[in-house]
Amino acid sequence: MNAPAYNFAYLDEQTKRMIRRAILKAIAIPGYQVPFASREMPMPYGWGTGGVQVTASILGPNDVLKVIDQGSDDTTNAVSIRKFFQRTAGVATTTHTRDATVIQTRHRIPEQALAEGQVLVFQVPIPEPLRFLEPRETETRRMHALADYSLMHLKLYEDIARHGRISTSYAYPVKVQGRYVMDPSPTPKFDNPKMNDCAALQLFGAGREKRIYAIPPYTAVVSLDFEDHPFERYRHDARCELCGADDSYLDEVITDDRGGRMFVCSDTDYCEARRATADKPHAVPQGYPA
Amino acid sequence: MIEAGFENPVTEAQSTFRSIMDATARPGSPFSIAGVAGAPSSLYPSTAAIALTLLDHDAPLWIDDPADEVLNWVRFHTSAPVVTLAADAAFAIVTRPQSLPPLGSFNPGTLDYPDVSTTVIVQVETLTGGAPLTLAGPGIKGRQTLAPAPIPSGLTQQLDANRALFPRGIDLLFVSAGEVAALPRSVRVVEGG
Repeated sequence: MNAPAYNFAYLDEQTKRMIRRAILKAIAIPGYQVPFASREMPMPYGWGTGGVQVTASILGPNDVLKVIDQGSDDTTNAVSIRKFFQRTAGVATTTHTRDATVIQTRHRIPEQALAEGQVLVFQVPIPEPLRFLEPRETETRRMHALADYSLMHLKLYEDIARHGRISTSYAYPVKVQGRYVMDPSPTPKFDNPKMNDCAALQLFGAGREKRIYAIPPYTAVVSLDFEDHPFERYRHDARCELCGADDSYLDEVITDDRGGRMFVCSDTDYCEARRATADKPHAVPQGYPA
Repeated sequence: MIEAGFENPVTEAQSTFRSIMDATARPGSPFSIAGVAGAPSSLYPSTAAIALTLLDHDAPLWIDDPADEVLNWVRFHTSAPVVTLAADAAFAIVTRPQSLPPLGSFNPGTLDYPDVSTTVIVQVETLTGGAPLTLAGPGIKGRQTLAPAPIPSGLTQQLDANRALFPRGIDLLFVSAGEVAALPRSVRVVEGG
């Protein structure tokens, strides 16, 4: 038997058609979660099966794929999914944001601004932003139908009443084009402003929860807030210790068992590109271990 | 005799889909469609390619030209059930754009499930040679014009009414011999028509 054991990009054509139809509806109704018949994939739920199914349905032989996990190209999840598509679709892969036509991501948006023609595919665990406030699907569906988002505003208000500020730091709810409240997947709220008026198409796939949703390019995406408690981005008050960036989202890395730690860019491609073009090593800022 | 469909079903369906997806994501902008050889005489090769890409047994089709040649081709290649009531269709193919049925005769979905709605594929002679419609909305940076012809008179008013239904509504694909442009329900016509 020399015939390949599976189709191009793993999924069969009927499944791709079903997912493609869902993607088109998702783009036509920005922020609305389209139910789809999620398939079992050769990886467990929670490993990005929703994103993988979306990527498999849009991917063609001329695409260049980048996969990131928490901003990094070289973690287990990113490497595994990249290899999965190398093996099943034979597509070219890259770690450079600007060279990629399709970027599958777990929980980050690249620092490099995305361009027209690029597609960003998010892996989503819980697509329903109201789910932790209202467990019944029938009720949350009605709330979306009526655009009744008072429950979400109440949650944010209770944050302020308890903590003095909106303490939600990731999966921070957004309103898409003034209509649907949407979960941006557990990206840090630092990334929320990048979704607004983005030149690239953003697609979201939730495998276990069987939902696909989308933000078309150049669409208004507003983080929910209050006039007296406006939305604020958050990043550690530090520079990346590898590239010196003071504008990127930072990971805190524990370096030993004596309290040593360092901050580095979560977006590895952004950090590497900055280091490659730097003409001299940057000075380590004071107060951080050398 | 029924002609073959795509020569390379996997890659041709993918490239056709990407054009439809890009068109939906950038309303009003035309994207090229390679088309398929051996399409029924009333369908453009591009329309036929879209049908092969999106239709199957889960996607009921309504068509304004229910000639045997078309129905046999659609049934053989896609297994899509052909319905006689436009409101029952997931997809509709309109080969005579001047007699496009009122958009209200298709299924706009429900508030709970706005995705269960009809996508109407309209064959036109040109996407750029008609009276320009100026569009705004998600997917459009500033303004975008689309000038499909021929289109029925009063389409702009129908599109306004369709927009007012949002999130319910009809999504339109205008198809010329080699290109596709989309008017999803999220788009507003700000001028023209």
